[in-house]
Amino acid sequence: MAIYSLYILSKSGGLIYQYDHTSIKVEVEKTFSYPLDIQLTEQNKRIVVAYGQKDGINVGHNLLAVNGTQLNGTSLEDGQEVMAFLANESNYPVSLKFGRPKLSTNEKIFLASMFYPLYAIASQLSPELKSSGIEVLEADTFKLHCFQTLTGIKFLIVAEPKQMNVEHLLRRVYELYADFALKNPFYSLEMPIRCEQFESNLQLLLEQQEKSGVNTV
Amino acid sequence: MTIHNLYMFDRHGVLMYYGEWNRKRQSGMTIEEEAKLMYGMLYSIRNFVNKMSPVDVREGFQCYRTSKYVLNYFETPSGVKFVMNTDLHSQGVRELLQQINSQIYIEYCVKNPAYRSGETIQCELFKTKLDELVKQSPIFKG
Repeated sequence: MAIYSLYILSKSGGLIYQYDHTSIKVEVEKTFSYPLDIQLTEQNKRIVVAYGQKDGINVGHNLLAVNGTQLNGTSLEDGQEVMAFLANESNYPVSLKFGRPKLSTNEKIFLASMFYPLYAIASQLSPELKSSGIEVLEADTFKLHCFQTLTGIKFLIVAEPKQMNVEHLLRRVYELYADFALKNPFYSLEMPIRCEQFESNLQLLLEQQEKSGVNTV
Repeated sequence: MTIHNLYMFDRHGVLMYYGEWNRKRQSGMTIEEEAKLMYGMLYSIRNFVNKMSPVDVREGFQCYRTSKYVLNYFETPSGVKFVMNTDLHSQGVRELLQQINSQIYIEYCVKNPAYRSGETIQCELFKTKLDELVKQSPIFKG
């Protein structure tokens, strides 16, 4: 049982709070000889595996480090391009570390604002009368739960598919939001939430919920 | 339990087939426009799921539910997409979609030399067999 992350979206779809609770690191380091048996491409200033999954290295993983040193975008520490470095046979054997890219803050904002139209379209394409937007979105690796308040604020929780009682948890988070964010005189609506009390109470709540997995009101 | 409607898209996003059984609300646009909107939403959801997932996805997006209906999604490796809207209590819709793919689409469209891929499905046999299968399924009757 695990709760991966929490997002709070304002009425206009902007991300006003994000918290990563449990994050899973997917990283594999392996030594390669010439020529490389996986295909790499450059995408958005990152080196990405394009073809040839093996040993836990999957398509979509990013190249993180070469011979133990962290990459700087698509170039090595000394400024040499990685693709050129890997094409040179004299540099082998080489140890490469691959991993699933972690979301940057910008990407999180981007994803949050992407959810807003999805929610709206889901209600527009409904075959039934008076349907709400997406409440639960299921994938094979996670389940996303969404709770929209009457005032239009959306609370999203990304959790493991088997995690129970997330609906209840969402309402509890709403309570915390009402108590600690809205009652804070220094907080202005639609702006990111920066409030220590809110954060510490939220952490406590999520930890409690994860341990018990059942109602703890 | 009931089945509302079924969309089939090919890998380029062309609407191959649309079937409707118990639909209470129309979206107020033509079916072409609606299909484009639906495909666009699915495309975004697939992207969204890939990025949002904490670990590597295998099948990715499965379904979403609102307060009134469930949208079930099934995609074959060749990119044919099946989308079926059902009510909240339906179970085993994924298996039904797999059946529609293997027993109806493959049998009566792919194996039909007159069927041209990338076009709307015109085969009458496909339509009647699909209607039979859907109406026989426990999800439809219940």
